[in-house]
Amino acid sequence: MTPYATHARRVAGTVGDSAPRPDGPLKVRGAFAYSSDLEAEGMLWGTTLRSPHPHARILSVDTSAALALPGVRAVLTHRDVPGRNLHGSMVVDQPVLAVDTVRYEGEPVAVVAAEDPETARRAAELVHVAYEVLPPVTDAEAALAPDSPAVHPAGNLLRHVPLRRGRAARGEPLTADVVVRGVYEVGMQDQAFLGPESGLAVPDPDGGVSLHVATQWLHVDHDQVVEALGLPREKVRLYLAGVGGAFGAREDLSMHAHACLLALRTGRPVKMCYTRGESFVGHVHRHPARMAYEHGATRDGRLVYVKASIVLDGGAYSSSSPAVAGTVATCSLGPYEVPDAEVDVRVVYTNNPPCGAMRGFGAVQTCFGYESQMDRLARELGMDPVELRIRNAVAEGSAVANGQVLDHPAPVAELLRRVRERPMPGPSLPEGGHLTGTTSRGESVVRGVGYAVGFKNVGFVEGFDDYSTARVRLEAGGGQVRAVVTSAAAEVGQGVVTVQAQIARTELGVEQVAVEFGDSAFGSAGPSSSSRQTYVTGGAVKAAAEAVRARVLERADRLLGRAGTATGLSGEAVTGAGGEVLCKLADVLGDGAVEETVEWHHRPTFPLDPHTGQGDSVFQFAFAAHRAVVDVDVELGLVRTVEIATAQDVGKAVNPQALLGQIHGGTVQGLGLALMEEIRVEGGLMQNPSFTDYLIPTVHDVPPMHVDVLELADPHAPYGVRGVGEPPNISSPAAVAAAVRDATGLALPRIPLRPEDVAGLTAADDAGGR
Amino acid sequence: MRLTLTVNGEQRDIEGVAGTESLLYVLRQRLGLHGAKNACEQGQCGSCSVHLDGVLVCACLVPAPQAHGRSVETVEGLAGGDGPHPVQEAFLACGAVQCGFCTPGMLKATEDLLRRCPDPGEAEIKDALAGNLCRCTGYRHILEAVRLAAARTRALEPRP
Repeated sequence: MTPYATHARRVAGTVGDSAPRPDGPLKVRGAFAYSSDLEAEGMLWGTTLRSPHPHARILSVDTSAALALPGVRAVLTHRDVPGRNLHGSMVVDQPVLAVDTVRYEGEPVAVVAAEDPETARRAAELVHVAYEVLPPVTDAEAALAPDSPAVHPAGNLLRHVPLRRGRAARGEPLTADVVVRGVYEVGMQDQAFLGPESGLAVPDPDGGVSLHVATQWLHVDHDQVVEALGLPREKVRLYLAGVGGAFGAREDLSMHAHACLLALRTGRPVKMCYTRGESFVGHVHRHPARMAYEHGATRDGRLVYVKASIVLDGGAYSSSSPAVAGTVATCSLGPYEVPDAEVDVRVVYTNNPPCGAMRGFGAVQTCFGYESQMDRLARELGMDPVELRIRNAVAEGSAVANGQVLDHPAPVAELLRRVRERPMPGPSLPEGGHLTGTTSRGESVVRGVGYAVGFKNVGFVEGFDDYSTARVRLEAGGGQVRAVVTSAAAEVGQGVVTVQAQIARTELGVEQVAVEFGDSAFGSAGPSSSSRQTYVTGGAVKAAAEAVRARVLERADRLLGRAGTATGLSGEAVTGAGGEVLCKLADVLGDGAVEETVEWHHRPTFPLDPHTGQGDSVFQFAFAAHRAVVDVDVELGLVRTVEIATAQDVGKAVNPQALLGQIHGGTVQGLGLALMEEIRVEGGLMQNPSFTDYLIPTVHDVPPMHVDVLELADPHAPYGVRGVGEPPNISSPAAVAAAVRDATGLALPRIPLRPEDVAGLTAADDAGGR
Repeated sequence: MRLTLTVNGEQRDIEGVAGTESLLYVLRQRLGLHGAKNACEQGQCGSCSVHLDGVLVCACLVPAPQAHGRSVETVEGLAGGDGPHPVQEAFLACGAVQCGFCTPGMLKATEDLLRRCPDPGEAEIKDALAGNLCRCTGYRHILEAVRLAAARTRALEPRP
């Protein structure tokens, strides 16, 4: 055999490296195909006619004028849905096209296909729908009253999660030396991804249809589209198109079934692409929450009990509301030791826009509640707010609200210390010396500092088996070795495509890795949700690569003539126990590729007890802490965020640069919720569905961010990883709000903070008390 | 109507353009250039930024007839024959691309800034990008990328 270098060279781009995104070059050239970029020969354009009313009875639908418009090829209503005219990823309660009732503004009533988008839009305007307008149910708490009109026949309570611990579970009264109470509210936030809901449906010669769509989970979409179309599963094929951001808003169907119906009816490819205004009504939002909290503590600052009543506005259809309510309950006490608890979380149907998944998934709202309470308690006790938190912080071995004992690192106290110990930014105004605009010279600007820590489950919970499937193939050709990884994990911008390649390089010691997207016929990867893909699809890729490696090493042993000689793959070579190179990997593979497919399951989780909310429902919790420093013009009610410090435990930084990008982005979405982002709904009608009126942070709103990354391995997780996408979004709203309170001395019980709140002009400030 | 315009240096003649079409629609649907993105189509997000006779515009706000006889440069024209533009390289190097939907507009806004101002300060960079929304990155890596692109561009083209 040829002599080789003694030790294998290190392959670049393995786990722990800031490997570049494989889709990056296409994205900077403008050549990456997003779902809204797709085209096909003979393509029609689809559009959706939506209800202008939040609640109405449909008396009649007349499509004749629309059909008569030249260039129109189809106008479909619920009568044209051949299969089940209902969808829903958890509770199947949402019509594909409305039948006799519309329950929110923007609910799809009819869909149109025409030769061009303008004709489709005009045709939709010509569909005549006669409505009998009904009074909408618009207040979530009022919706729970026995005399409230019912949004759905079974009533307005969508899920109630009661949680009882300690004395509350035994029916004993909850008392403590020091008690603080507050009522807190969080407004409706929008995911506001930039790539609109869109896709292309192409009829197939076998009578089926292929849908190319931007989504977070092909397989749950596939299940629902199959039902709506009434076709055999194998005749409906879903493919991942380029995704322009997601943040939870692509967990539910949007145009999926509509485009397929139009394509099957017309026999032509149909593209649908929402406008921005349509996107605002076309996906679910973060639940508005009203949270009444009561915390009891000892005089020396130990939490004794927490009582909370939390009501979430679920809007007109269930979406993922039941799971969000579960997360709220499980996270409702914060990452603190609380012996006794009595918490009730209710999520309610109304005629407001439907709410569902958004980054943080309920943990964001409850964090604003419990962290506001911790500050209030600290003031009541005359304690430092960080010290109070540290005194009550959970650690490995502690139990959290669902009674689950944390069996992995939970460095809550350490995260708080790290953000506290970071040097404070100096007193400064932005360049030009103005807080904002030219109306102030800064004479009423006050500095404030706020802290918050939060936590959330990673992945799906309560017994749901959200496994992932990956195939890894190792092949040689022309002296080169490469690996091909296939999974259906949706790349939504977070970088799971990069992570999969890094894992394959790590396990197989090869540089060249291609990552392919599996379609709906490939095994499920579960959703790109709940900060789970690096853990779960990462686990699947690792397991498949390990299986491939085991077979390659066996083959190498046979080639070398001695069992147990080959122990590893590194630098495109087979290595022995001392790391010495035994032979080239290409020589072992020859023409015979090695391929393994693995369906990988995380450790099981269990349901919550329906009466006490107790149960080991979570396979991993993740933690982050923030310190926000703000300058507030207390007369104008304007806030400038000076700096945000974050400390987060990530278990293992698989891709440090991409990880920082997640932490920056998540922190800023939280900053947006604290200071500017709210879908305003009046009488069930959305008031601000545009980027002019719904404000998301611009580059001017974003402060320097210091990030402290801890890598305390979770022994149960592949490489020790911990989900990273959501934690930075959970505590940043509470930290920013706390900083503004610190500057103003106001109670500020509601986010987003509006200028009139910050200037102390709203009655809301009295609602929660001080 | 018939529309004649120069796109990335190449003359294009398009028949049957409706007067109501936007320059963005012409680029995306009539010329198949999907680099300029359609995030809002209301001039609010900057994702469709292109140069029109050297001026940075939102293509969605330009009626197609106004582009007649004029020169349009899109993100597809950024890279030269000798490889990517320094701005493209810097965005990749700094991790400034996540979902990437804002990226073409960000790249055009950055290129525009560096044409006008080869050594921009923090305030100039932020002003130049203030009309470009990004929902993924929190902008910090984008700011790094702009600074890196400026440094590399200055290194490549020393001012006289």
